[in-house]
Amino acid sequence: MFKILEKQMLNPTIAKIVISAPRIAKAALPGQFLIVRDEEKGERIPLTISDSDPVKGTVTVVIQLIGASSHRMVEGFEAGDSYSDVVGPLGNPSDFVNMDPEELKEQRYVFIAGGLGTAPVYPQAKWLHDHGIPVDVIIGARMKDLLIYTEELGGACDNLYLCTDDGSVGFKGVGTAKLEALAAEGKTYTRCVAIGPMIMMKFATLTCVKLGIPVVVSMNSLMVDGTGMCGACRVSVGGKTMFSCVDGPEFDGALVDWDEAMRRSRQYKPEEAAAMESYGK
Amino acid sequence: MLEATRCLHCKNPRCVGGCPVNIQIPEFISHIVTGDIDAAAAVIAKDSSLPAVCGRVCPQETQCEGQCILGIKGEPVAIGKLERFVADYQHARPVGERGSAVAIKAVPNGHKVAVIGSGPAGLACAADLAKWGYDVTIFEALHKAGGVLAYGIPEFRLPKDKVLQKEIDEVTGLGVKIETDVIIGRTTDIDDLMENEGFEAVFIGTGAGLPRFMGIPGENLSGVFSANEFLTRNNLMKAYRDDYLTPIHAGKKCCVVGGGNVAMDAARTALRLGADTTIVYRRSEAELPARKEEVHHAKEEGIDFRMLTNPVEILSDENGWVRAMKCIRMELGEPDASGRRSPVPVDGSEFEIECDTVIMALGTSPNPLIAQTTPGLERTRRGGLVADEAGATTRKGIFAGGDAVTGAATVILAMGAGRKAAEAIDAYLKGE
Repeated sequence: MFKILEKQMLNPTIAKIVISAPRIAKAALPGQFLIVRDEEKGERIPLTISDSDPVKGTVTVVIQLIGASSHRMVEGFEAGDSYSDVVGPLGNPSDFVNMDPEELKEQRYVFIAGGLGTAPVYPQAKWLHDHGIPVDVIIGARMKDLLIYTEELGGACDNLYLCTDDGSVGFKGVGTAKLEALAAEGKTYTRCVAIGPMIMMKFATLTCVKLGIPVVVSMNSLMVDGTGMCGACRVSVGGKTMFSCVDGPEFDGALVDWDEAMRRSRQYKPEEAAAMESYGK
Repeated sequence: MLEATRCLHCKNPRCVGGCPVNIQIPEFISHIVTGDIDAAAAVIAKDSSLPAVCGRVCPQETQCEGQCILGIKGEPVAIGKLERFVADYQHARPVGERGSAVAIKAVPNGHKVAVIGSGPAGLACAADLAKWGYDVTIFEALHKAGGVLAYGIPEFRLPKDKVLQKEIDEVTGLGVKIETDVIIGRTTDIDDLMENEGFEAVFIGTGAGLPRFMGIPGENLSGVFSANEFLTRNNLMKAYRDDYLTPIHAGKKCCVVGGGNVAMDAARTALRLGADTTIVYRRSEAELPARKEEVHHAKEEGIDFRMLTNPVEILSDENGWVRAMKCIRMELGEPDASGRRSPVPVDGSEFEIECDTVIMALGTSPNPLIAQTTPGLERTRRGGLVADEAGATTRKGIFAGGDAVTGAATVILAMGAGRKAAEAIDAYLKGE
């Protein structure tokens, strides 16, 4: 059992949950994820780690209320309750963690974060910022009230750019448009990391390719075990089949077959809709 | 008991030689005849820690029963069913009422051993070590113990709560601790266990968990699943039950590709979920690697067998879902290195099988995670860990056995390897 220490709604559909998991907290590195199962009858849900504290023995995840499982995981549990299972850290850490220090010193990073994907950008930006690497972060949301992790990210980068579709705060438009604007102003980046909904990562990739910036994306594929056993998370990268869980979750966005990835993520839509209905939403 | 009386008690019992763990078969059967089931259980327990499982999933027809003298002219003694009876009879009674067969907790000898993976190899290794007084912890990556017995073999072949959990309880009853949700190689690693957590020896029984695919066009279409995914959703996550949240999709018409026991399990599961199911296999029925009994069950249940048929492409509908599988007919050529006649495609014989799901049951390979995260552990060309007959790997104090070494094989062979490694670990820690 893994105790929930803190639960906070960051916006109406995104919850931040801090869980006690000392072993995982000690091992977690930026870019990795967890699998959480709330109770015996629950699903195993992959969630990217958005913070970890090896001293306190805690890991933080953010969950978006989408289907029956995520609703129950958030609505059915409060601080003090426990989840049955939390396992990880899964997947490979972000490539910069193991990059040659000389090579790393030359990098200028920009992150494009969308929706739920904003939270897992935080440990990555923080790691780079702490290592003295220039980092800019662009966060996008439909409107001001839906932006998350602005405060945390503000302290973990050189420049934080907020974008809203309706212009209620910051740049009016999507994150990729902001990146183009920054590039037009003469900003140069050696690497972009895009994390968010697949459609956003696809367009971020297209923009980066156009601007000539290498782009890394974090694939949030369907998964069961997360250890390479089920193959549900297969994704075509450069024409080769990879497993997001053990080969990723981060890949070169320019090599990902986005249409296939988006189609595969919808495989269980009818079953998910039926589950939502019986959950009473 | 009537069945037990058929045993001839041969002087040189060939059945014992046919058993990978050499259970003293005539001896336990003789106790059934006299009605002393406790004694029968005690005889089996000397060699097997998972009798209720093995009684169900062992390929007895090629092992003990295949060697039985009675089988030459008629039916061999139903050794598997007798073993299953003894085990189930024991599980049905509270431990206190079992008489002589109760496992006695050994006096602790103060040595800590870590076992990685709670499948048949790990459970068998842990059970033996615990009986000899070792302080054993099993680390399991999934949320439930049992390995392939939990995620791979379906309920209808191996009941999870009634049989598997009871056998696991027997192992924990010996004092073995099981820590689920720990992935060695990620959550922590072998060196950390040995340097910081006081484990003096480690047994790796991580199985062969990585699914293989064919590499044909259309394999990543929606509706194409590995047998591992399909069976894990069904067995481990209990997706067949309405009250469990994990989804599963068997479709209306399902094609299962492969001819092993896993293919039979996947097909019979798909059938139970309401799919009209076909098994496609590239050789002929005689070469099906699955147990005869499983093939028989599958046929009886109404699964269509298309032999000498090999998929060449999976075809898509307008939404990227499986619409059909394009196959080519095969014919058998010369025997290959394995002695089986190798299938050769018949030119121009392509045809389509209409289906909306495809399950690939083509076998599995060992998971590379442990080897990748443990310096000094060598792997073979086929991905298995390098280990000698007794299970010793290329690193001192680290042993391995079962599918993690051999690649996908049977429950009983894994169990046998786990027990051999337990002996080797015992000898190693005693400084022999």
